[in-house]
Amino acid sequence: MAHGTYSYQPKNAFTKWLDSRLPILRLMDETMLQFPTPKNLNYWYTFGGILTFMLVLQILTGVVLAMHYVPHETMAFDSVERIMRDVNYGWLMRYLHSNGASMFFIAVYLHIFRGLYYGSYKAPREVLWLLGIVIYLLMMATGFLGYTLPWGQMSFWGATVITNFFSAIPFVGEAVTQWLWGSFAVDNSTLQRFFSLHYLLPFVIAGVVVLHIWALHVPGNNNPLGIDVKGAADTVAFHPYYTTKDLFALVVFVMVMCYFVFFNPNFLGHADNYIPANRLVTPPHIVPEWYYLPLYAVLRSVPDKLIGVLLMFGAILVWAFLPWLDRSNVRSYKFRPVSRQLFFILLIVTWILGMLGAQSVDGDFEFYFGLVLPISKLFLSQICTIYYFLHFLVITPLVSMNEKALPVPESIATAVLARNSHAPKARSAG
Amino acid sequence: MKLRALLSLVVVFAFAGVALAEGDQTTPKHPETQTWEWDGPFGTFDRRQLQRGYQVYKEVCASCHSMNLVSFRNLSQPGGPEFSDAQMKALAALVQVSALDDNGEPVQRPATAADRFPSPFANEKAARAANNNAYPPDLSVIAKARAHGIEGEGPDYLYALITGYSEAPAGFQLLPGLNYNPYFAGHQIAMPPPLSSDGQVTWADGNPPATKSQMAKDVVAFMTWAADPKMEERKSLGVKVMIFLALLSIMLFFAYKRVWRDVAH
Repeated sequence: MAHGTYSYQPKNAFTKWLDSRLPILRLMDETMLQFPTPKNLNYWYTFGGILTFMLVLQILTGVVLAMHYVPHETMAFDSVERIMRDVNYGWLMRYLHSNGASMFFIAVYLHIFRGLYYGSYKAPREVLWLLGIVIYLLMMATGFLGYTLPWGQMSFWGATVITNFFSAIPFVGEAVTQWLWGSFAVDNSTLQRFFSLHYLLPFVIAGVVVLHIWALHVPGNNNPLGIDVKGAADTVAFHPYYTTKDLFALVVFVMVMCYFVFFNPNFLGHADNYIPANRLVTPPHIVPEWYYLPLYAVLRSVPDKLIGVLLMFGAILVWAFLPWLDRSNVRSYKFRPVSRQLFFILLIVTWILGMLGAQSVDGDFEFYFGLVLPISKLFLSQICTIYYFLHFLVITPLVSMNEKALPVPESIATAVLARNSHAPKARSAG
Repeated sequence: MKLRALLSLVVVFAFAGVALAEGDQTTPKHPETQTWEWDGPFGTFDRRQLQRGYQVYKEVCASCHSMNLVSFRNLSQPGGPEFSDAQMKALAALVQVSALDDNGEPVQRPATAADRFPSPFANEKAARAANNNAYPPDLSVIAKARAHGIEGEGPDYLYALITGYSEAPAGFQLLPGLNYNPYFAGHQIAMPPPLSSDGQVTWADGNPPATKSQMAKDVVAFMTWAADPKMEERKSLGVKVMIFLALLSIMLFFAYKRVWRDVAH
């Protein structure tokens, strides 16, 4: 382990016996209780714990829902409504699960952008970052599969649009798509396999989460200063310091979720999904769940389907190269003034892509308050898509090689002391 | 300076070309916001209103629209119209449903508490044949299916649609058999105005006066309850959960501060 030494001592005869056979209590003690954690982590670092809680909540509510749900094209819609009407607290399970998915994605986006801002993807945490991308991709797949299950209009047409991506593959596209459907169109066989996979993938996610946490515990946490832990003065034990902080943040997060669950449960969904699936009626405007919207805008920015699909997947896969595209030897963007501004520009560009993904393809860009800006949506989404890729592939390498970083503090402890006494003590960046 | 000049240029350009998204001949008109009894975190349904709403649904809507997720027993459950059990059974018995007799022959019998509301048509084809090829949608979850995501907008839309019929403006190409309604996408709807005159429905105690607007509000209330019969349970549990979480978060905050009190960070 990275810093500090552990001192787990089995206390009684049973724990001594167990420790020499399966040191699981030692593992728990070392990774969850004593684990030395930088003492300067802010609230952006609480989302890891929040995400773990959300995964458990989704699995628990999902298991209960699966006891009542019927994965059949003629019964799925009504079975979901039956859960909401006739199953004890079924409405609670269902609204927790559907809003929980959205809250899961809110948390994961904050977690990802926190990792970007503080340079958490940089050495020695590349594998941690890559595993995070795998989890995110699995979450996207699970979220999509789950959204099809109520078999409403958006479920059905969303499934049709997304599975059609695979028809863009040259030569074998049609065969692959029909293999995915288990049929010649999205129908009952598709729904049944989607239900099976939707039940499977969360456990795969849980497995990769274990690897993700393992990969975190080898180098230890990054921190807002982005500097390495130098010694015991820089850290505190995970418990009780971060357990109390994470719990507080978790409860605040759960309160936000409960606002949606109890007082506005359909706000994050689409009204059309309360219309039963109908293959003869295409909704005027098919939109995916909000968490796919930026990617959906990237997809639609090019008229060619294959290129669109490749760009969409590329928009996520490009993150995998970030640890090597960023050449700077300073991690945290706090000390990288240009990268910091570029980070916020990337956020805005991603947000605009999200807005574009929610709007119909043609016409001018609909800004907020009913304002329509005189720029075509297609053109704007092309500019944003190009910028998005330029940011990672060109701007980040160039800027990180040439940027003059601000002075980085000697250690976490000195930075904390300096902040508290208002007497900065720093060395310039290497 | 250069940047500021550029920025102001962009702003001027943006506003010069700004066009407000305005309704044309087919864009549906945005429904006006109504005040509903059940608005807000403490909102509950008005029992009398839901009972009147059931009557409007039964006497007007049910002749064309099904509501097949709702059972008669729901009419006496907490959080709904809350008819007494005897009233609910009497209301059910007024309605005939299809069943099989002991010889397996199809018969009609009075509905019981366990029966779903029967559909007015045997199937979609029969419904279309009777309605100029339009299919009257099921009303069970219509208040959720027409919302624009925000609680209350579905009911606003339904109220606007039911009361929003008018003469087609000059030059509007109204297709035969359709009716002009600016709140409907495309502005023409197959459903004729369902509430054509005040006093169309007569309720037992005659209060409040059965104006078109009152009948519309009552039936919208009924459809909103039907779409979300656990709304009252949900909100009342939600208030308790929120109070609990707020107190818990305060205690956790002080626990966190106390644990960290000797650590500079």
